Amino acid sequence: MSDENRKPDGAPRRNFLAAMGAVIAGGLAGVAPVLAGVATLLDPLRRTRDDQSMVMVTKLPVLPADGVPKKFTVSADRVDGWTTYQNTPVGAVYLRRTEENELSCLSVVCPHAGCFVNLAPSGDFFTCPCHRSRFALDGSIADPASPSPRAMDELECEIRDDGEVWVRYQSFQAGQEHKVPIV
Amino acid sequence: MKSMLDWLDSRTGYRGLLSETLYERIPGGARWRYVWGSTLTFALGVQFLTGLILWAAYSANAQGAWESVYYIQYEMWGGWLLRGIHHYMAQVTVVLLLLHLMQVVIDGAYRAPREVNFWFGLGLLGLVLALSLTGYLLPWDQKGYWATKVATSIAAITPVVGPQVQKLMIGGPEYGHLTLTRFFALHAGIIPAAIVLLIVGHIYLFRRHGITVKDPDHAPETTFWPDQIFRDAVAMLAVMATVLILIFAMGGAHLGAPASPTEPYAAARPEWYFMFLFQWLKYFPAGWEVVGAMIIPGMIVTVVALMPILGNWKLGHRFNLGLMASLIMGVGLLTFLAYAQDGSDEDFLMAKEQAEQEAHRVQELASAPTGIPPTGALEMLRNDPLTQGPKLFSSNCASCHTYNGHDGLGQPPAEDPSAADLHGFGSREWVAGLFDPERVNTPEYFGATDFRNGEMVRFVQRGIPNAWTDEQRAELEYVMDWLSAEANLSRQQDMEQAEAARIERGRDAVMSGVVNCTDCHVINGIGESEGPVLTGWASREWMLAMLHNPAHPTLYGEDNDRMPAFGADEILTERDMGMIVDWIREDWYRATESQDQ
Repeated sequence: MSDENRKPDGAPRRNFLAAMGAVIAGGLAGVAPVLAGVATLLDPLRRTRDDQSMVMVTKLPVLPADGVPKKFTVSADRVDGWTTYQNTPVGAVYLRRTEENELSCLSVVCPHAGCFVNLAPSGDFFTCPCHRSRFALDGSIADPASPSPRAMDELECEIRDDGEVWVRYQSFQAGQEHKVPIV
Repeated sequence: MKSMLDWLDSRTGYRGLLSETLYERIPGGARWRYVWGSTLTFALGVQFLTGLILWAAYSANAQGAWESVYYIQYEMWGGWLLRGIHHYMAQVTVVLLLLHLMQVVIDGAYRAPREVNFWFGLGLLGLVLALSLTGYLLPWDQKGYWATKVATSIAAITPVVGPQVQKLMIGGPEYGHLTLTRFFALHAGIIPAAIVLLIVGHIYLFRRHGITVKDPDHAPETTFWPDQIFRDAVAMLAVMATVLILIFAMGGAHLGAPASPTEPYAAARPEWYFMFLFQWLKYFPAGWEVVGAMIIPGMIVTVVALMPILGNWKLGHRFNLGLMASLIMGVGLLTFLAYAQDGSDEDFLMAKEQAEQEAHRVQELASAPTGIPPTGALEMLRNDPLTQGPKLFSSNCASCHTYNGHDGLGQPPAEDPSAADLHGFGSREWVAGLFDPERVNTPEYFGATDFRNGEMVRFVQRGIPNAWTDEQRAELEYVMDWLSAEANLSRQQDMEQAEAARIERGRDAVMSGVVNCTDCHVINGIGESEGPVLTGWASREWMLAMLHNPAHPTLYGEDNDRMPAFGADEILTERDMGMIVDWIREDWYRATESQDQ
């Protein structure tokens, strides 16, 4: 390419006005696409969790009487972007009888980094397959070497007439000492 | 700061590049006529930016493409503007490209040593047209689907390898998921990459050869920055303003009803800048399409590509100018003819109108609280009585019945009706006409059927006025309210709740035998079964039973006048019969209702 290209030595005032004009006009030309693009990219920020009312998961007699937890699928209505699902599986919980007619419900999601926590085959503790956190059946941290910052997340649950088990299925921020629901 | 920039310059040489870029010399001064190339670069830049962000929300599959575009357009923040810019900037780009090309030809800027750059430009034109062709399909609406089908069918007439070319383009023997994934890969990946390469080459060659100056003494020499860039930036702003005006004037980028291989779409047309080709192909009879779609356009493109060579002679340049002028006039004429013919084509206008209505309806359904089901928006439209009812009525019922005097789709019936008009069937207005001595024997009711001289007509025309006592006649209005209430129409629900006492009085009059209904009709198990049972008359169940088999002993029995047993004879499915009934009963989703709730 030619080496002759160099800064013009013409009138600085005129050049300044042209430069200002170029920057302003060019900037204005880009406003609409940039604004529309940023707005669309940020759209997920205004999306919140679907309705978090309680859903029926199972019936009481299905739960083992000996207090061993059992995994249940939670089904609920769900809006996934443009699709509306009715009564579709949205997650899973561990249910356990604490007494004849009392229950505890734990989220299967590890509070450390979000992996699916397994019930040990022996049925007497939970273990996370990713980073080896170990939890007791009540969800508390069983092994001090566990990387999880908090116990397994307990979910609100209740027994309604006829022995229906209802659960408020929620997710919580991982990696934090306290339970913060994701909304 | 300065030392850091010095370091950067020593490692990259950016200052040299920058001053090379910015201080390109422009003999004869900066001019407005040089802005076209820069506006094109700008337009393509905007397409890249908006396209990438649209990509982050688009789903290329047959059950998600329309749905995700709907979501972008109607649910996401600024999505309508983003898509609007991408849509209309695509059209403006084509116009800018043609202007740029015309200027190059007029100025003879393609002459040596700039031949290669002219070819690069032609390549860019082709790639941009390929972008709009592939982009047209991506929303997977009726318009894009059917227009693209035409394009890929034309590809299939390529001699020897046509069927294979078509299969490769659409990803198999039929349109579907793979058509979208392949078109999307072309639209968002392969073609843009090729465009970037060609633009880099185009600008490199442009800088290498310098600007084509017609008139070096026009003004003192200046540099690209800031004089020319100022003009370029103002032109870019004008381009963007044009796009924004188009978005607002046209109401944003269009999204039709979702693509359906089973629904005819007579309104299928390509984008306006392909309309000339669409018109052109009308002139080629069967068997000659390959000439019209490939051989002649191929020859024209070849001659255009040879323009730089021809332009080396003075006569050649004149030939190029003449060729360009005739191409522009030919394309203009074909485009004009295409639109003129469409504008006077009743069928096309009706198809377009119906397409508009369906597009509007599907948006209404998608924004309902029930949302788009996992089976997709098309299924939602297929289960909508307001959309399907008129079509089913027109093709199954309108040979005998009318609906408000038309065939369901707004067309006059092909033959004189031979059965009742079903608009508002079961409503109070409809019942009022049935008991009107003036109207009961018109074609709206029994006038065109075997029942025109039947018991019911005689009863209404003579029995009630002559044989009834005043006491009986006083009950008639309540009886009519009761009869209409048997239909259990959702739109009369509020009124019927408020007037429960009137309806109860009518029921008492009927059941106690004060009026003569039970002389011929069975009602709640009481009465003679000469005419159809009136328990739940005109209710959804009653109408379905009628469609299923009107000759059933509880309905018209042996007296049934020509009405087919749509269900019993498996002429219509349960779903289709439900659509017709729900449509006649006006039981469909209404957007305003849900907002009230």
